[in-house]
This record gives sequence, C-alpha cells and structure tokens, in this order.
Amino acid sequence: MASATSAGTTARTAELSGFREVQRLAYDCAEAVAAQLKPGVTERAAARMQREWLRERGVRDWFHLPFAWFGDRTAFVNFRIPLQFFPTHRELEPGMAFILDMAPVYKGFTADIGYSGCLGLNPVHDRLLADLEAHRELILREVRERRPLREIYEDVERLMVRQGHTNRHRAYPFGVIAHKIDRVRQRRWSPTLFGFGTQSLKGLASDALHGHREGWSPLWSPYSFSDHPPQPGLWAVEPHLGFRGTGAKFEEILVVTDSKDPQESAFWLDDDLPHVRRWQEEKAA
Amino acid sequence: MKTGQGPGQGSHQGQEGLRGARERRVRTGGVELCVAELGDAARPTVMLVHGYPDSKEVWSEVAQRLAERFHVVLYDVRGCGRSTAPKPLRGGFTLEKLTDDFLAVADAVSPGRPVHVVGHDWGSVQAWEFATVRRTEGRIASFTSMSGPSLDHFGHWIKKRMARPTPRRAAQLLNQGAKSWYVYMLHTPKLPELAWKGPLGKRWPRILERVEKVPGGSYPTPSLPTDAAHGAWLYRDNVIPRLRRPRADAYAHCPVQLITPTGDAFLSQRLYDDLERWAPQLVRRTLPAKHWVPRTRPDQLTSWITEFITAQEEGDPAKKVVATGPYADRFGGQLVLVTGAASGIGRATAFAFAEAGARIIAVDRDTEGAARTADMARLIGAPQAWAEAVDVSDEAAMEKLADTVDAAYGTVDVLVNNAGIGLSGSFLDTTTEDWQKVLDVNLWGVIHGCRIFGKRMAERGQGGHIVNTASAAAYQPSKILPAYSTSKAAVLMLSECLRAELAGQGIGVSAICPGLVNTGITTTSRFAGVSADEEKRRQAKAARLYGMRNYPPEKVADAVLRAVVRNQAVVPVTPEARGAHLMSRFTPRALRALARIEPPL
Repeated sequence: MASATSAGTTARTAELSGFREVQRLAYDCAEAVAAQLKPGVTERAAARMQREWLRERGVRDWFHLPFAWFGDRTAFVNFRIPLQFFPTHRELEPGMAFILDMAPVYKGFTADIGYSGCLGLNPVHDRLLADLEAHRELILREVRERRPLREIYEDVERLMVRQGHTNRHRAYPFGVIAHKIDRVRQRRWSPTLFGFGTQSLKGLASDALHGHREGWSPLWSPYSFSDHPPQPGLWAVEPHLGFRGTGAKFEEILVVTDSKDPQESAFWLDDDLPHVRRWQEEKAA
Repeated sequence: MKTGQGPGQGSHQGQEGLRGARERRVRTGGVELCVAELGDAARPTVMLVHGYPDSKEVWSEVAQRLAERFHVVLYDVRGCGRSTAPKPLRGGFTLEKLTDDFLAVADAVSPGRPVHVVGHDWGSVQAWEFATVRRTEGRIASFTSMSGPSLDHFGHWIKKRMARPTPRRAAQLLNQGAKSWYVYMLHTPKLPELAWKGPLGKRWPRILERVEKVPGGSYPTPSLPTDAAHGAWLYRDNVIPRLRRPRADAYAHCPVQLITPTGDAFLSQRLYDDLERWAPQLVRRTLPAKHWVPRTRPDQLTSWITEFITAQEEGDPAKKVVATGPYADRFGGQLVLVTGAASGIGRATAFAFAEAGARIIAVDRDTEGAARTADMARLIGAPQAWAEAVDVSDEAAMEKLADTVDAAYGTVDVLVNNAGIGLSGSFLDTTTEDWQKVLDVNLWGVIHGCRIFGKRMAERGQGGHIVNTASAAAYQPSKILPAYSTSKAAVLMLSECLRAELAGQGIGVSAICPGLVNTGITTTSRFAGVSADEEKRRQAKAARLYGMRNYPPEKVADAVLRAVVRNQAVVPVTPEARGAHLMSRFTPRALRALARIEPPL
C-alpha cells in the first residue's frame, strides 16, 4: 500500500496517476456545480448536485460526503459543534462566497478537494484567494525542509495573521490543516458514518494506531502529537483563510516521499488545478 | 468660496453669518418670504429649512460649507426673520400653507429641477409634510431630516402606544410626554409671546450656550423675540389637529436620510422606531450631540448631507449609502485614526471601524503591515483608508503626522491610541533601558496622541472620542509584569483624568482593558533578565498559551466601538479582565495574593 511514496518505480507513477485522476474528477465536479449555482440554491442542493454528478461518473464510496458552505458559513462564523459543518438550507445570494468540499473515492483512489468561489463580484473573496498562493508555496517549501508539522502549522498561521486573516482550519476537527489519505478497498456496500466513509475512517484509524506506536499522526494539527517531521504518504492539505465573515480555502494532495532529493521529497500531486491556473492567469495579466 | 467663519467668531449682525448670499423676495399667499442663495446655481439645489425659534441664520455654518458643492437656498419661514407674517396669525401657519411657501420658493430658485430638502426641528416637521403629500411629488429629490418627526407619524406612534400600552410602550409614551413640556406651554394663549418678547428672549442666547452648548456669536439673531412669538402658531395651528387625526397615507415619495442626535432633550430616539414603514430605504445616522446640531456639528452634517445628495445625484442605485457593519449609522464617513494598526487589536479595530463605513488612518512603525491594514479596510467598506508609518514614541513625528492628517484628511473624529509593547521579568532584572523603552511606547505614545490630536479635536469644538488601550494589568498587580503594568496603569489614570477634562467639550475618553488576547504581542515581548534563547523559548510558550486561550482581537474591537457609542469610561473585555476588575474593587487582597503566583512560562 505504501508503494506510492517509496522512491522511483513505475508502480508508483501508475498509482499517483490514479490519485491524480480522481482529484481532477473532483475538481471538474466542483467547477461544473459552481457553474450551475445561482441565487436561491441552498447548501443542501449544492451538496446533492456534487453527489449526483460524481455518482453518475462512477463514484461509489467517499472519504467524506460533499459539503457546501455559503456566505459567512465559509468562514465558520459561530461554529461551535461539528454538526454545523453539514449543509443547511442557507440560500445563495448575489455576491456571496461559497466553498464546495468533497472527497470521492474512485477506483479505490481517494481525493479530498476544496473549491472556493463567489457568485458575482466579491472583492474580499478575490483577495482571500490571491492570498492563498503564498500558503501553497510556504507549505511545500517547509515540508521539503523536513520541518516538524506543528512548526509548519504555526508558520502558516503566522502568515495568515500577517496577511490580516484568521486561521479558520482551526475550526475543523482537531484543528487540522491536513490529514493523510490513502487507497481504499472497494466494497459492494460502502456505508458512511456522520458523512465519513467507513472504509476511509478505518484507514485513518489504522494509520493513527501505527503512527501512535511510531511517533507520528495522520492528522496535521497544532498539537504536540504533530510535533514530528512530515511522514511519507499522501496528505490532503487544506489551509482555510477567514476575513470578517468571508472564508476561502483550497484543498489538494501533497505527496511526501522518503527521497533524499528535495524536489522529489515533496511535491503537489497536480499543478493544473483551478486555483493554480487562476494565479497563473493573474500573473500573466 | 472659503468655508464660513468658525463658531464663536463673527459679528453680532445676523446677516454676517450668510456672507456672499444673494437675496430675493418671493411673494406667496399674502406673505413675502426672504430667500437667500449661495453657491453656483447650476449645481444641484439644496434647500435648508430652519426650525423654532430660529431664522434661516441657524444654518449659516452648514450653508457656507455646502455652498462649495451645491446651490444652497435658505428662506425665513413665514413670520420669522425677514419674511412677513400672515394676517391674522391664527390659521396662517398650517402645514398646507407652509407647503405652498415651499413650492413657491422651489419654483423661484430651481424651476423644473427637483430640490434636495434639509430640515431641522420645525423645518423637518414641515419638510416631512412636503415629502409625503402628493402635490410636491417630483419636486423633491431627497430629504434629510433632523430633530423633527412628521406630525402624522408622531400621531400614529402615539395611537399605537395608547391602543396597547405594554409596559415598554407606556414608558416610551411617558418619556416623550415629559420631553414635550414646551409644546403644552406654547398652547397657552398670550403668555409665550409675552415671555419671548420679555425676559426669555433676552436670556435665550445664554440659555442656549449653557444648556445646549451652542457656541455664541452671530446666532441667535436679533429677530429672535418675534420669530419665537410668531412661531408659537406653528404649534397651535398644527399639533392638536394632526395628532388627533394623523393622515393615513403619509408615505415619503423621495429618499429620506434621518439624522438623530442622541442627546436631544426634546425628542426621544424611539419616535423613529417604525419609520421604515413610512420611508422605505431609510438611511439612518446617529450623532452624539444635543438638539441644535446645525450649530454644534456643522462638519458632520455637511459630510452626511453631501454624501446622501451625491448618492442620489450620481450614485449607483444598487450600492448602499450606509456601510453594512454594526454602528454604521454612527461612524459612517467619520475619520478614525488607529495607532499600532499593523497587527492584533489595532488592526481588528481598524477593520471594525472600516465595516462601519469610517475613513481609516492606520498608523504603525511597520509600514508594510499598516499598508496592508489600510488596503483591506478599503475592501470591507471604508470609503477611504491611508497608512502612515510613524513611531508613536517620537513626538516630532507625531506632530508631523497630525499636520499631515489635518491638511490632507481633516480633523480626527475618533482617535484610538492602541500601540503598545510587552515587557516581562522581575523588577530587579528590568534595566533602565527596558523601562525607557516600554514607557516610551506605552505611556508617551498615548500622551503624544492625546495631546497632539486631542488638542485639535478640542479646537474644532465639534466633539469626538479618544480610546486608549490600557490593559487588565492596569489594575491587576503581578510580579512578572512590573514595567508593563505600571505603564498601563498610567494610561488608565490618564484616560480617566482626560475624560473629566474633555467632558465639557463633547469629547469622550475611554480606556479599554482587554486581558489575555491572542495577538502578536507575545512574540514581540521582551523578557528581562534572561538569555536570548530563553527569551525565544518563553515567547513561543507565551504565544502558545495565548493561542490556547484564543480570545480573538475582533471581540476587543467590537468592545472598542461599543465603548465609543456608549461613551464608557473603563471597559474590561475578556472574562478574566472583568473578573480581575471586580476583584480589584471588592477583594483587592485576593488579587494581591494572585499577584505573587508565577505563571508557568
């Protein structure tokens, strides 16, 4: 199973392309659904649209079911309990920011993505998206330096504060900025528990157990259990910025390997994603 | 045209207040009205309607300022100033006749183009009639009302409260009933006229100055006794009939801006509670001032009137005139200066004011951070925002900043002296340089800010507010923060003393005592008497502790805005700060015992 991250084999390339395929599929879904959003659509409807789009294309299991957050819920304003993450009847309005977050399992490969957008003009949202670029670079650089994950977490948070934003991934369970994902065995029946696929939860639990014995954790959090260098594997990284009732995030897979070469030791799985393309277009313009 | 003379100067001639005005007489319904015009007649016309017992000169300060942008028209209401009075007086002051007067003046000064109406006191009462009757439709482009409700709305307000007098409604009725004492007096025959022509007329300027804080000078004019005597008929002709049978169709047919002075002795703020029903898309503004705002707050009125009229004339109809944040009615367009605005509480405060529509000046040593704050402030609602790189402990730099601000942006309305640094370590380990550094920023920074900007605020004489960021450490002794606590205790006492001094000039002073708030102060704090490595370790530890407490600076910013709105003296923010504040009053010995504990760092 861990072959994806042990250096240089064809099996590894094939495996990574499997992950890349499902990540692309998820981002395609996000773009397709985002294009259909219009005023009056509820979070629940948006979540259902994502689920149906992916089901039609062969997704049967989930790391977690799709989420959708609109308006100030993109910044998790007044979130107290995890149940508040689930889609509500909040309706989309012109100028509102939204986030679509989904984690489909396709042919046994998992992706976990986050897509931020807004309906019409929203300058605050544009600024947040632009500011996320620095975080993508910072995370990759520090992972390549093999800095402890907890320190990287704190550096990301410091950068957010310097930018004038607040760290909203702190609202996620365990305050994680990232978590490990892996391949999932495909079953005929794939139930979910509180929105999370049981197969994936099982994988996460077994990682947590192994990690506990070896001194690492599949959850990248601000707490002392993340005080270790990056563990080889696939990490779904999701820095989430918030600014006065508007939030924005991206989420994509970071590949960490045990290679000695810094370039090979960590890299983003795919650089052809909507938010990356957006930054490149802005630079070109 | 230069702005008019400042309040307090000027001669005793009433006409002096309207320098450069072109005058004409307009004949209508048996009276002759004295109309004055200022500014370019090709610009949009603003008509200023005065109240009781005034003449058009009450507007002199506002008119001179507005004339730079608009064609300003003022007239003496019939029976006041140099307009003639109807004969007989009884029945000559009905709202119908006043509407005739308005239409006659509007047709004379701005034929074919609707006018923007601004009314104060009875001028506003009249203008509500203009804005709600059918025959003026298309003649009024906008209406700004201050201290004068529509008698019809007032009638419905009373009826609603009489019909179902819940305790709250009954209290509102009684409150307004007490504030209306002068209305009952004016209904007695003959007596008011005698009083105004006798002792009251003579003493009125002094009363205004003392009770209403209206600066002396060219106002009130010598015509006051006759203005007041004739004006009594405004009440006698209209109040009882309208309150008894208010019109059911008194809906405004133009955009309305309501400016409510919070300290008005004659009108309750509750009168306007249901106003949205009568005037959809109402723009609300609140002003901490007494009744005669055209005399005491001309700058603020000019800014709001200009903004509102400009929005109607050339604005984007989809764009809201007022910002969306809390207290936008209070801070819209005001100039707010925040020191230490590159991070933490200062930055959050700048953002909160920006959301309320204020213009922001972000001051900090950190140029980049201040620029970032100003930049983001513009994104969330500040009409304008600037960054200034200044060290608050540098007196010369602060003087220079004040000059720049005065010349380029105007007088500061709200000053937030927030810049501060941390210093931990026992007293015996703290060196003279450490002391100097912490006092320079934490105390001298506040002193410079209050002295330099406070002086300009007081000189302008139109109110304002100063907020100083003290700390819970100001009243909570501790063995690990002697220098910091001392500096903050000084800030607290300075704020209290300054509050006493400036209270008479309408300037409020608040001290904010946040407590443990998750900001960057932990990572920049000095730890006296330890090695560099140990200092770094302690900074990281402190940052983690504050992070675990995780009290957001945004909540402190909310407390700052609330403190300004309510004019609170001392505001402890976090629960622990409030707890310590209570202990310092009631169980100081327990607090002293706590001071001896060394926190784990």
